[in-house]
Amino acid sequence: MRDHVGPVLTVIAAILAVWYGAAVWMNAAWTQQQAARAGTTVSLSEILADTMQQDRPRLPAPHQVAVELWETTAEKKVTSKRSLVYHGWITLSATLLGFAIGTGLGMLLAVGIVHSRAMDMSVMPWAIASQTIPILAIAPMIIVVLNSVGVSGLLPKAIISAYLSFFPVVVGMVKGLRSPDVAQLDLLRTYNASRAQMFWRLRLPASLPYLFTSLKVGIAASLVGAIVGELPTGAVAGLGARLLAGSYYGQTVQIWSALIGAAVLAGLLVGLIGLVQRVTLRRMGLAR
Amino acid sequence: MSWVAGALGVWAVAWWANLRIAASRHADTRAARLAVPVIFGLTLLVLWEGLVRGLAVPGVILPPPSAIAARIAVSGPILWADFVQTFVKGALSGYVIGCTAAFLTALAADRFDFLRRGLLPVGSFIAALPIIGTAPILVMWFGFDWQSKAAVVVVMVFFPVLVNTVQGLAAADAMSRDLMRTYAATPGQSLRKLRLPAAMPFIFNGLKISTTLALIGAIVAEFFGSPTVGMGFRISTSVGQLALDMVWAEITVAALAGSLFYGAVALTERAVTFWHPSQRGGR
Repeated sequence: MRDHVGPVLTVIAAILAVWYGAAVWMNAAWTQQQAARAGTTVSLSEILADTMQQDRPRLPAPHQVAVELWETTAEKKVTSKRSLVYHGWITLSATLLGFAIGTGLGMLLAVGIVHSRAMDMSVMPWAIASQTIPILAIAPMIIVVLNSVGVSGLLPKAIISAYLSFFPVVVGMVKGLRSPDVAQLDLLRTYNASRAQMFWRLRLPASLPYLFTSLKVGIAASLVGAIVGELPTGAVAGLGARLLAGSYYGQTVQIWSALIGAAVLAGLLVGLIGLVQRVTLRRMGLAR
Repeated sequence: MSWVAGALGVWAVAWWANLRIAASRHADTRAARLAVPVIFGLTLLVLWEGLVRGLAVPGVILPPPSAIAARIAVSGPILWADFVQTFVKGALSGYVIGCTAAFLTALAADRFDFLRRGLLPVGSFIAALPIIGTAPILVMWFGFDWQSKAAVVVVMVFFPVLVNTVQGLAAADAMSRDLMRTYAATPGQSLRKLRLPAAMPFIFNGLKISTTLALIGAIVAEFFGSPTVGMGFRISTSVGQLALDMVWAEITVAALAGSLFYGAVALTERAVTFWHPSQRGGR
């Protein structure tokens, strides 16, 4: 762990340096244009200073994004429509609801697949093939169709999230439920264990490491689903709406802060599942 | 009502047939492995068609498969133009650029251990982020045409390929590396003859994940602005016009393109890593 800290910090510092450099390079044109229009010339130091504080820069400097993040999270009331926490919560609630539905159904289907050969042979190839399909493309349709039959708000976004987290969980869970080897299964058979006992005592515990891995993939996919699901509703609320509204009105600082907000959210969610994974597996004696 | 009853009847018969095939002693043959999912898929289509017609579901909510097929048949030129714009220009060029850049970065990271230790945690963290959110920014920078879509695809495929390649380059075991050293192989030779081939399964894993990401990136980026052609553009405008048969037609094309793209990469993988246990088959 320790030998990673230095290099990671160096890489992050390098990213920030490149970001600042790029901000100067990309925003300088606007500064010079403004100066030419006003009939004045600007010195290099003035260009540098101006590129750091434009209202609608092509690339906002990191500190501008940081200031915007601070203002929209800490200084606004959580219920305010301009608060990033408010929008983040809307996206988060859709993500979590969809994730719960998707993993629940995915685990049920996986149990069915493991116990029924016909289901395995008919459903599993489709579950795998569906991973190669850009499912996200149907998001706008789901939103609009559900809206037209009267379902709006949280549920349509959650359905997209559920759909995206569903297949990774099915594939991972099936793999996990099949992971006990023949010797272990035979042992339970010599104990005269019933199918249900075999499932609860052996298959389910053995599947957990696989399940957690696909849960991490699933929750990241859920978040992407919820964000994309917010696009076609016309930018009302949520992180996706912030992105779209920002791109309509050229509010680049807003886009970047929504983007960082989404990144932090994704990091927290994946980290949380990683934590639960570590604690659970350690208590089960499966930790590596 | 007869439509519903008929569809449910077909479903019951097909389910029974699949149960019989799965329970029979031919269940492990190639034909059975192919037949069962095909029967299942066709049943779903029949069920869809029957229920939509039988329950008189309006076409603006869910068009039946026959209407979608008819739409595909009559709008070939539009679908082709959208396919070229989104897949060939946007997704494919971005995929090639992104994977090449990631591969070269991985080679550099492999050469300098400091870079590897710094880049890998950052890279795998970024790979889990909703990178698709950069789409509005890149559309703003590179304009509405395919260049911005390709840029989104580059950013999306970069990190999965990078992480997998770096992992793969570390995959050759110590014994083989020592052998190369006893041959007095230069680092370049050792890379070419031992470590790159050993890394191929990992690299192809990243490349396969990226095929889907590339298509998703190119389509979703068009939701943020595009010329009046492209699969994402067609989907979002057709949804607005409630022309759902067109949306489903585009989705069919996207699904086909995605699977074929994935299949092509998987076939290349089989040709390149024929030596790997997972490719040798033969149970």
